[in-house]
Amino acid sequence: MLELKDLVFEVPATDGTDTPKRIIDNLSLSIPDDRFTVITGPNGGGKSTLAKLIMGIEKPTSGQILFDGTDITQMGITERARAGIGYAFQQPARFKGMTVKKLLDLAAGRKLPMLACNEYLRKVGLCSASYLTREVDKSLSGGEVKRIEIATILARDPKLAIYDEPEAGIDLWSFDRLTETFRDIHEARDGRSIVIISHQERIIQLADEIVLLRDGRVVDAGTPTEMMPRLALSARGSDGCPLTEPTELHLTEIPTTC
Amino acid sequence: MAEELTQAERDLLSQIAGLHGMPEGAFNIRRDGELVERHSSANIEISTKTGEPGIDIRIAPGTKNETVFIPVIVTQAGLKDVVYNTFYIGEDCDVRIIAGCGIHNDGHAAAQHDGIHTFHCGANSRVVYVEKHYGEGDGDRILNPTTNVHMDEGAVCEMELTQIGGVTSTIRDTNATLGPDARLVLTEKLLTHGHQTAESNMKVELTGDGSSVQVISRSVAQDDSIQVFNPLVIGQAASRGHVQCDAIIMGNAKVKAIPGIEAASEDAVLVHEAAIGKIAGDQIVKLETLGLTEEEAEQEILNDFLN
Repeated sequence: MLELKDLVFEVPATDGTDTPKRIIDNLSLSIPDDRFTVITGPNGGGKSTLAKLIMGIEKPTSGQILFDGTDITQMGITERARAGIGYAFQQPARFKGMTVKKLLDLAAGRKLPMLACNEYLRKVGLCSASYLTREVDKSLSGGEVKRIEIATILARDPKLAIYDEPEAGIDLWSFDRLTETFRDIHEARDGRSIVIISHQERIIQLADEIVLLRDGRVVDAGTPTEMMPRLALSARGSDGCPLTEPTELHLTEIPTTC
Repeated sequence: MAEELTQAERDLLSQIAGLHGMPEGAFNIRRDGELVERHSSANIEISTKTGEPGIDIRIAPGTKNETVFIPVIVTQAGLKDVVYNTFYIGEDCDVRIIAGCGIHNDGHAAAQHDGIHTFHCGANSRVVYVEKHYGEGDGDRILNPTTNVHMDEGAVCEMELTQIGGVTSTIRDTNATLGPDARLVLTEKLLTHGHQTAESNMKVELTGDGSSVQVISRSVAQDDSIQVFNPLVIGQAASRGHVQCDAIIMGNAKVKAIPGIEAASEDAVLVHEAAIGKIAGDQIVKLETLGLTEEEAEQEILNDFLN
């Protein structure tokens, strides 16, 4: 069980004022065991920041984070990882000289048998055993690195796994395989929780609960049946970029001779 | 031989050549400037040079799947060991050569080993050369290797030159000349720490059409150490060359990389790239999210970078 209480995260202002910019605004949220939660919402709404606050990559300005009843607010990344939190990065790191096999071993905390590694890769749609000896460097495509990132979380098998936009950069066929994998993990119902940051309808529909995050606040939450119509409305009702009249423009001032 | 070597010396041999006891086949083990034991095989003949210290290693044409070991250990303070080893590799061979030098020096005077290795790779032969340098102890440890490679038509050579730490000062010179369709992969891996200095000069001349070279340099400079790289590839024919220098810098270390390419043929295609930087923060954070401490993460990243 993960509990976020009155979480605030601010960064220094970039507009020259003294008022800090608030990314997460007094956010409270509970994620019980065995729960599949999807966090969605517009870009810049604070989704990735929230994930990083849970993993300990960022520290909150105020508020409290409890994991299975323990206050982990002041814990570092390593301690939280050891406590059972896992995080699949939106933009995964690359490592010169490190093989995919080695990264999976580090994730699992032990030397994995080849068959187990192949199984993790298969679950993310990488079906060739030759990947294991490849290096996790720039010789891999963005989609391959992304899927290997997800495989590291499968190998780690944390109690709470957070996936930050797992669909980004992945082709449709691999995406199909990935949604199946998420469904399988969820259906196992073995006390593990999944939090996925996503905009994908297919992932959203797998969820037990959908949380809509905007301006650093939970603005709505509910089951897919409840939320899907509201999400559609919410998207349509957004401001976008309204057209403005070009009042200052005088055509005569634009040179037309060149 | 096993009785003659101390445990520390055996450990050194294991570090630099992966040897645990006597190797199979041809080998020559040298300690403090003197021969410990030598063995030739049916196809590989090792003999003492006349006129200068060192050995000639002659590998008969057509020799396949054989390995020759020529490790050196130095344990005497104040010793300056200079050795010339020349390899004559016949045509159509497929062989591995394991060299390396381990220095253990606890004395006040410096211990030094300068190994000058020259390779004549016959036509269409395939050679893998692995050389590891390693030092330990309180005294100064100096290793100045020179490697000269002459490759005939169609020869393929993979050279892996590694200095895995503990060497106070090193100047490494590597020179290669490639004939038609010869291919060389030159990988150098260096780790320096403390106040160590390392300089690596390479000059690869692509003289034959269809020849190609790939120079891969990976280094880690820690503490107050200093590293300088001067790899130079010269394309004199329709050839291909690629130079890649990657360095991780830590603490107060200094790294200078000056990769050079020179073309004297309009059909030469030469590329170089060099990068120096600290360990990327996102790499450490990723490994921390897998439960490693910052120190453990750093160590894993460095180990794999130097492989």
